[in-house]
Amino acid sequence: MTATPVSPVIEGWFTTGEEPRLLASRCTRCTNVVFPPVSADAGAAAFYCRNPACDGDEYDAVELSRRGTVWSYTDAQYQPPAPYVPAADPYQPFALAAVELPEGLVILGQVADGYGVADLAVGAEVELVVETLHTDETGERTIYRWKPVTA
Amino acid sequence: MTAVIAGAGMHPWGKWGKNFTEYGVHAARAALKDAGIAWADVDFVVGGETVRNGYAGYVAGSTFAQALGWNGARIATSYAACATGAQAIDTARARIMAGLCEVALVVGADTTPKGFLAPNAGERWNDPDWLRFRLLGMTNPAYFALYARRRMDLYGATSEDFAAVKVKNAKHGLENPYARFRKEATVADVLASPVVSDPLHLLDICATSDGAAAVVLVSADYAKKHGIAAPVRIAAVSTVTPTFPNTVIDMPLLSTDSSALTGVPERTFKEAIGQAAYEEAGIGPEDVDVAEVYDLSTALELDWIEDLQLCKRGEAEVLLRAGDTTIGGRIPVNPSGGLACFGEAVPAQAIAQVCELVWQLRGQATGRQVEGARVGITANQGLFGHGSSVLLST
Repeated sequence: MTATPVSPVIEGWFTTGEEPRLLASRCTRCTNVVFPPVSADAGAAAFYCRNPACDGDEYDAVELSRRGTVWSYTDAQYQPPAPYVPAADPYQPFALAAVELPEGLVILGQVADGYGVADLAVGAEVELVVETLHTDETGERTIYRWKPVTA
Repeated sequence: MTAVIAGAGMHPWGKWGKNFTEYGVHAARAALKDAGIAWADVDFVVGGETVRNGYAGYVAGSTFAQALGWNGARIATSYAACATGAQAIDTARARIMAGLCEVALVVGADTTPKGFLAPNAGERWNDPDWLRFRLLGMTNPAYFALYARRRMDLYGATSEDFAAVKVKNAKHGLENPYARFRKEATVADVLASPVVSDPLHLLDICATSDGAAAVVLVSADYAKKHGIAAPVRIAAVSTVTPTFPNTVIDMPLLSTDSSALTGVPERTFKEAIGQAAYEEAGIGPEDVDVAEVYDLSTALELDWIEDLQLCKRGEAEVLLRAGDTTIGGRIPVNPSGGLACFGEAVPAQAIAQVCELVWQLRGQATGRQVEGARVGITANQGLFGHGSSVLLST
């Protein structure tokens, strides 16, 4: 029996392993950080610094902090329309959170399996995990998610 | 040269199953009739683009002009997502102010599918509007729900408050002949409807509709010369973008800008939209008598009231509970019934907001009139940094 291949659903947005992190692009001139990062997989080959006071066009790939605080949160009680690919049949609702990182960005993500809105609050601490979004013909496809930090 | 609104017209909102052009022509003819101006006298046509109706929708200005019969007018088509209508009005207004045209017809019309608004078909890994569905399953109501939840956790808003917005708007829209939903709702009705994205129930969230709205803009000179009765002055049109860093997550994006370099800005994007309108008009929020704001959700109406500085941040529920935002109150909001009673017809909606204020300022809003209204403001936000606010005065 061979193991099911596991691969990120999108390249260059997050690292995997024990302590996964989101990847961002940081302007080499002014240090402004953007997420999602410049990613050829996402069709973006060029970098234009978003800071209007900077015309930087070169970037470094940087890792963002693993932990942040919840800016707000919700869930999806009904199956979202395509191109969302449901992971299970029948559909299983999931939670979503917007999370503020020490780098000064708020980043949207799904909430880790097994957690719902009752486990979240504005200002609560969460950390990044990588879980399976769905399975397709190439195997398990993974995505970053926010997991509540339980003290 | 000041631009004034000489006429307003709409096709009733609903699910009528017709071509968007039919709705648009209906609204255009109604606006021209209201103005008492012949189609032959229109020298500029601006169409609000619809992205769901093929090529005819992409060139909406020309589609409406041809349907009305080519008259040699100059044309333009605008697209700014939900703010399309306001951008179209701004284009017409600028041309009149520059003295380049005298009579401009602005038309927006749409047909929309049932259910969640979804991106166009195809794989687009570089399109945030596609990625948010593909990677996160992040629908429009989920964004509205993030803002709603934040009001609850920061300001103590309740589901009953959100439901009370629906109750108010449902009552406002009862007598509006253009509204699609004309039925009273109770707080219990809203709370009993299924939760779509916590904390928002189905009845907290606006539907999608077919509909069309049109306005006729003329120069103040033309209005005077042709004896246009009760022209309504366009005091300002704000279509500003965000200013870096935009630190509130905006649909359809997956992230905000970083505030690390410059700190959190003095005004959020939505606050800046209204502020730019006030500055352009040279008046302040204390001068406003009536507002039409984009209640994509009940909770979002409360955000807009604060964004337009009609009260302090975190105090919109106080206004709501006191009846201040109900017709007859201190600052009535959405006397038309708002999106709660209409459902959204994207390129027509910002024009419909302006139509309502025209009727309010003329004292013609039968069954929903804000008595003595002299200054009205609209507010709206579309995808990808498109905001709009139109300030009208008698």
